[in-house]
Amino acid sequence: MNVVTPPETLTAKDFATDQEVRWCPGCGDYAILKAVQKTLADIGARPENTVFVSGIGCAARFPYYVKTYGFHTIHGRAPAFATGLKLANPDLDVWVISGDGDALSIGGNHLFHLLRRNVNVQFLLFNNEIYGLTKGQYSPTSRQGTRSPSTPWGSLDNPASATVFALGAGARFVARGVDSNQKHLPDILARAHAHIGTSFVEIFQNCKVYNDGVFETFTARDLASDRQIYVEHGKPLIFGKDGEKGLRLNPRTLSLEVVTLGENGVTEADVLVHDETNRMIATLLAHMEPPALPVALGVLYCAPGPCYDDEVTDLVRAHTPAEKPDFNRLLRSGRTWTVD
Amino acid sequence: MSNTALAESDLDPSLRETVESAVVRFAGDSGDGMQLTGGQFTLATAFAGNDLATFPDFPAEIRAPAGTTFGVSSFQINFGSRVIKTAGDAFDMLVAMNPAALKVELGGLKPGGIVIADTGSFGERDLRKAGYAANPLEDGSLEGYHVIALDISKLTLEALKDTGLSKQEALRCKNFWTLGFVYWLYDRERKPTADWLNAKFKARPELAAANAAAMDAGHTVAETMELPDGIHAFHVDRAEIAPGTYRTVTGSEALAWGLAAGTHLAGIKMVFASYPITPASQLLHSLSKMIDHNVVTFQAEDEIAAACAAIGASFGGSLGVTSSSGPGIALKTEAIGLAISTELPMVIVNSQRAGPSTGMPTKTEQSDLYQAVLGRNADSPLCVLAARSPSDCFEAAIEAVRIALKYMTPVFLLTDGYIGNAAEPWSVPDINDYAKIPVAFRTDPEGFHPFLRDTETLARAWAVPGTPGLEHRLGGIERDYDSGNISYDPANHQKMTDTRFAKIAGIARDIPPQGVEDGNASGKLAVVGWGSTYGPISRAVSNLRTQGLDVSHIHLRHIWPFPANLGELLRGFDRVLVPEMNHGQLVNVLRAEYLVPAEGLNKVSGQPFKIAEIEDAIRARLEN
Repeated sequence: MNVVTPPETLTAKDFATDQEVRWCPGCGDYAILKAVQKTLADIGARPENTVFVSGIGCAARFPYYVKTYGFHTIHGRAPAFATGLKLANPDLDVWVISGDGDALSIGGNHLFHLLRRNVNVQFLLFNNEIYGLTKGQYSPTSRQGTRSPSTPWGSLDNPASATVFALGAGARFVARGVDSNQKHLPDILARAHAHIGTSFVEIFQNCKVYNDGVFETFTARDLASDRQIYVEHGKPLIFGKDGEKGLRLNPRTLSLEVVTLGENGVTEADVLVHDETNRMIATLLAHMEPPALPVALGVLYCAPGPCYDDEVTDLVRAHTPAEKPDFNRLLRSGRTWTVD
Repeated sequence: MSNTALAESDLDPSLRETVESAVVRFAGDSGDGMQLTGGQFTLATAFAGNDLATFPDFPAEIRAPAGTTFGVSSFQINFGSRVIKTAGDAFDMLVAMNPAALKVELGGLKPGGIVIADTGSFGERDLRKAGYAANPLEDGSLEGYHVIALDISKLTLEALKDTGLSKQEALRCKNFWTLGFVYWLYDRERKPTADWLNAKFKARPELAAANAAAMDAGHTVAETMELPDGIHAFHVDRAEIAPGTYRTVTGSEALAWGLAAGTHLAGIKMVFASYPITPASQLLHSLSKMIDHNVVTFQAEDEIAAACAAIGASFGGSLGVTSSSGPGIALKTEAIGLAISTELPMVIVNSQRAGPSTGMPTKTEQSDLYQAVLGRNADSPLCVLAARSPSDCFEAAIEAVRIALKYMTPVFLLTDGYIGNAAEPWSVPDINDYAKIPVAFRTDPEGFHPFLRDTETLARAWAVPGTPGLEHRLGGIERDYDSGNISYDPANHQKMTDTRFAKIAGIARDIPPQGVEDGNASGKLAVVGWGSTYGPISRAVSNLRTQGLDVSHIHLRHIWPFPANLGELLRGFDRVLVPEMNHGQLVNVLRAEYLVPAEGLNKVSGQPFKIAEIEDAIRARLEN
């Protein structure tokens, strides 16, 4: 047998396959791929022990471009596949790659149950608020009024918030990033990887062809500092070009409001301190929308709890007899009789 | 326990009428415990050394409104000193716990048959609910039958008056009173049931004692009462049964053990992913208890998730198994296509039920053969097997696991609600008598690509995550034959499609040639069956062969691909008759494959074929 010994230290490049990447030029997916490959190198991932699983859509081509094990499943079902894979081998390091249609429309049910069970995988939702691969129809995260080939007069239905959904489904790790932000994204992905249980990461991803600039309202260079807040555990929720703005909890309305430090006697002490273990704070942050409030990025919530694959492993271990079980004894359990 | 240890009858056998076989049908309200009563009668009958077959027949409603005809739950057992192949056509004895049961079931009773009725449940209101204008026990409408009318409700209450049970609790024991009564009539031992009660009600010994007391009371009444004219107690000799260790087994139990035996023989873990659906759920229940035998079960959020989890498990190096019934299988269809495309092993169990759509969930049918063989988008061949009886589920399941692993393919295993719930005695096999199922995970990176094939079986290499140097990506997109990379090349798609077909077709070389169950290998008429029609077809053919008719019985386990010699075999007969509990499915596949003039005999009433129905059809073919 000829076993290939991987080099001790792998670089981002070592996680690239020889397959030509087939996303549109300028697609946000390129940046995410780069961030993921960098993260894999940073965390010392072993290719043979890592599996990328996806559903259907532009994002779902991701596994072909990562030099680990990979599986491109069917539309919306990657969470179910990943759960079965973890039941077969709980030691595998599994990343699920999905999009807003795949995760929240056709696969909404599976994502809900993945989060509820808290299966130990990283779930990355590339949210571009549009269907790309089917040529531009509106998606469950598209804002009301989105004009698309299937909604020529603007979409009517209310969009879903991926992070609010995840928190509602019982997720114990919820984070947000932006495709183009190569400073923060690898950090968020590394945190997601370190968390045991389902780590849910929404990544705002620009679709150059069908929904270009949809996140410009908070990602444009001149707006970002006022319309984004990168939250960090234990630090006050401060943002703005000069760090002059903060989020304060209004105890009467149980909602967050923007305050300006130094105005009306507001000091840093009035600003809410981020506690990533607090589900209520995470929920308030997930609900924030511009322009009234900034978009929260970073780790919104991290509160580890029991995960399904560990519990299954423990149950199996508890029931595994010391000696190899006798199959014949199983067949003869209960009432039997002998004919001579 | 040993055969010789069985206590002898308490009534001189010479005073009993000896019968070769008997059919008894217990019928009552859904809440009357008829399935339990039937199950205990089955156990006692197996212990008495008879051969037997059962047919539980119950409504989908858990507790339908009491006393209604649609809430009737029945259990039929055929037992005897000869080989028993079906649950019996018409019954010799009908136990009717209420008027609705009598109304629903009387048509199935033989002329001159015995009715045992609980008069305590034949009040005016009960009669009205069942749609009787007058009491059939009193208005002469049961003339031509032998009637034993007893106030079983009252007799049960009397027997249990000192137990301290409430009236309601005591009345719930009347099925055991009746069981005791019927035990005496057919000379069955009570001890296995008493033991079962003690185990079942371990936490509430007073209930075990009350039910046993009710059973004893019924037994005593039967023993001491003067039976109405023309009714005798019966004796059924032991059947000639080959030596061995026996147990009773239902189809779902045998299936669970068979699947686990398969993965045991292969030395790998089974991940069984399923979503509850009638009548398939019992398999999930049975396998869930087998955690100590390298079986992990997963109750998924829906049918699709169950199928996808099974595929994920197979990618991970376990055998993924999923199970459902027709409507649930429909939901799994896209995922099954993925397993075909990625060429992973998988077993899909379909416990067929009457359809379309929700249909009749607790009633049996064989109408998913097309779905299994043909029911997917695109050219997507896989292997289809069918079990013929409860105990045969064990063998069929091992075969399904063998083919799935050897050929890296999904395998459909068809069973049905009848097989799943029915019980029969089973000579328990020795697992050491079965051939191991070799599984060789690929570990050598030299020259590896994920669609590298075994030259003989055309099976793809199985390289599981965790293996260094074999990292690869799979998916539903078409793959290049020579590298496994994504390919939209026209010639390649032709080649891959051809290869997928050739791989499945090649299984025909790896299965036994089709034999003839009964009769000659050529002649006037072949009756070709599959699945649970085995019992009635085999009895009908053997009856008519005894009468000198030229008819043969061929029964298929391998539905796709067919055994290599099947076409030639069928061409040796003047006519081919295919009885199926559907509107004609196997018959059309046979016609399409072999251009033979096969005719269908089709029944879709939710009830199994009667032997007489098949005999009539055979006679009609041979006379014309």
